[in-house]
Amino acid sequence: MSTELVLYDEAGPRTRRRILIGSIAGGLLLLVLAFVVYRRLDTRGIFEAERWDIFTDPEVWEAIGRGLLATLKAAGAAAALAAVAGLVLCVLRTSPSPLVRRPAAVTIELFRGLPVVLLMFFAAVVLPVSLFWAVVIGLVIYNSAVVAEILRAGIASLPRGQTEAAAAIGLSDLQTLRLVLLPQAIRRMMPTLVSQLVVLNKDTSLGFIVGYFELLRTVQTLQFFFGDRYLFSFFFVAAGIYILLNVLISRLAIYLERRGSTQAAGGVVPRDLAVVAAGTGENG
Amino acid sequence: MNAVFSNLDLYWVGFRTTLGLAVFAGLIALALGTLLAAMRVSPVPPLRWLGTAYVELVRNTPLTVVFFFFVFVAPQVDIVVPFFASAVAALSVYTAAFVCEAVRSGINSVGVGQAEAARSVGLTFPQVLGHVVLPQAVRSVVPPLVNVLIALAKNTSVAGGFFVAELFGVGKRLTNAYSTDVLAVLIGVALCYLVITIPAGALANRVERRVAVAR
Repeated sequence: MSTELVLYDEAGPRTRRRILIGSIAGGLLLLVLAFVVYRRLDTRGIFEAERWDIFTDPEVWEAIGRGLLATLKAAGAAAALAAVAGLVLCVLRTSPSPLVRRPAAVTIELFRGLPVVLLMFFAAVVLPVSLFWAVVIGLVIYNSAVVAEILRAGIASLPRGQTEAAAAIGLSDLQTLRLVLLPQAIRRMMPTLVSQLVVLNKDTSLGFIVGYFELLRTVQTLQFFFGDRYLFSFFFVAAGIYILLNVLISRLAIYLERRGSTQAAGGVVPRDLAVVAAGTGENG
Repeated sequence: MNAVFSNLDLYWVGFRTTLGLAVFAGLIALALGTLLAAMRVSPVPPLRWLGTAYVELVRNTPLTVVFFFFVFVAPQVDIVVPFFASAVAALSVYTAAFVCEAVRSGINSVGVGQAEAARSVGLTFPQVLGHVVLPQAVRSVVPPLVNVLIALAKNTSVAGGFFVAELFGVGKRLTNAYSTDVLAVLIGVALCYLVITIPAGALANRVERRVAVAR
């Protein structure tokens, strides 16, 4: 459903003229804006070659590579652990016994209501673990709660007949969950789960604040080593790497959503609806 | 425990700063995000491109990186402001992208037939938007918007890593001062955040149930 079609008809000649005028005005506005930014950067010498020649030094790229690797390692470990912990939390949260369900619900609310950077800091100063594990633990605590809620929303989106049919052939509650509900829920929520990977990947940069040597911390170290002159260039490259990575993951989510809506059994739940259902801010 | 009770005034300062960050950044982000959403649904292509580019760029950038830009990189081009202002700028710029997407998906969730019917009875574009589409869009915009604002409240903690003495910043300072009482200090900070986020989450759920419409 495209917005254009919802809000206005196919434009007639007069409207087309008006849109053209609007486009030219908007285009000019954009150009002026771009020019102002360009002037600001140019008068501070951002585009001079001596700000960028640093990238001919292979050691710079090695350092950036190490930073990127540290970021990816934390993200990968956290994603794997959060998937498992999230699954467990979801099973507990959907248990028919209130003695299991209630504590799980409280745990999820607690985990979701705390800032990730606080969780990382907590792990770093209270637990006897390395900074890497402090970052991973912070990420896992928050993301497992989010994964649990996403899966629960996926289960809730399935038709009631699934549970009833499973009960009718004599499956136990746990069997129903394991054999019938979860496989469908995971499949339906795959695009949302992949989108959550973007959030997780972005949150690894909070490691910067607790002192873990990831990509952003590498930028700062390079700045201290090579001088303020290069800060803009280093930052530009690091931000570019983050954006590129996350755009690729987002594309994967969109691809899964498109493919899922035509192929997967029962289809997938569109991401923006799923986010509402799971009650995640998506920008966690 | 002593570390918490003898520093209640510091906690209070931190709590107020956190709320201040959230309120200022929230208001700016709501305004900027709505403007961006209007640009993204407008029939003028350059505005649409600008809105789309902004959202794609900001949404895929970590908040820490946005903070890093405003605090460390902006001074390189002679933009020097107090840390609190940098924090508000970073949080607003970041949150605006999510506000935009929440508003836009709300507008998209209104059935095509609604706008078509409105046009076929002769309503003009402002009338279609004002009388038919927006009143229905608001219903599906409010719950995700509340979630975006809750996330904003939690995200203010990043400011603590960039020289703003909000809750997390206060907690960090106190853990240095009271290294034997770290657990109590941090649980105190955690409780302060939960006081904001859990009631807000419950409110979001209630609003969602109240405005839910059968489609």
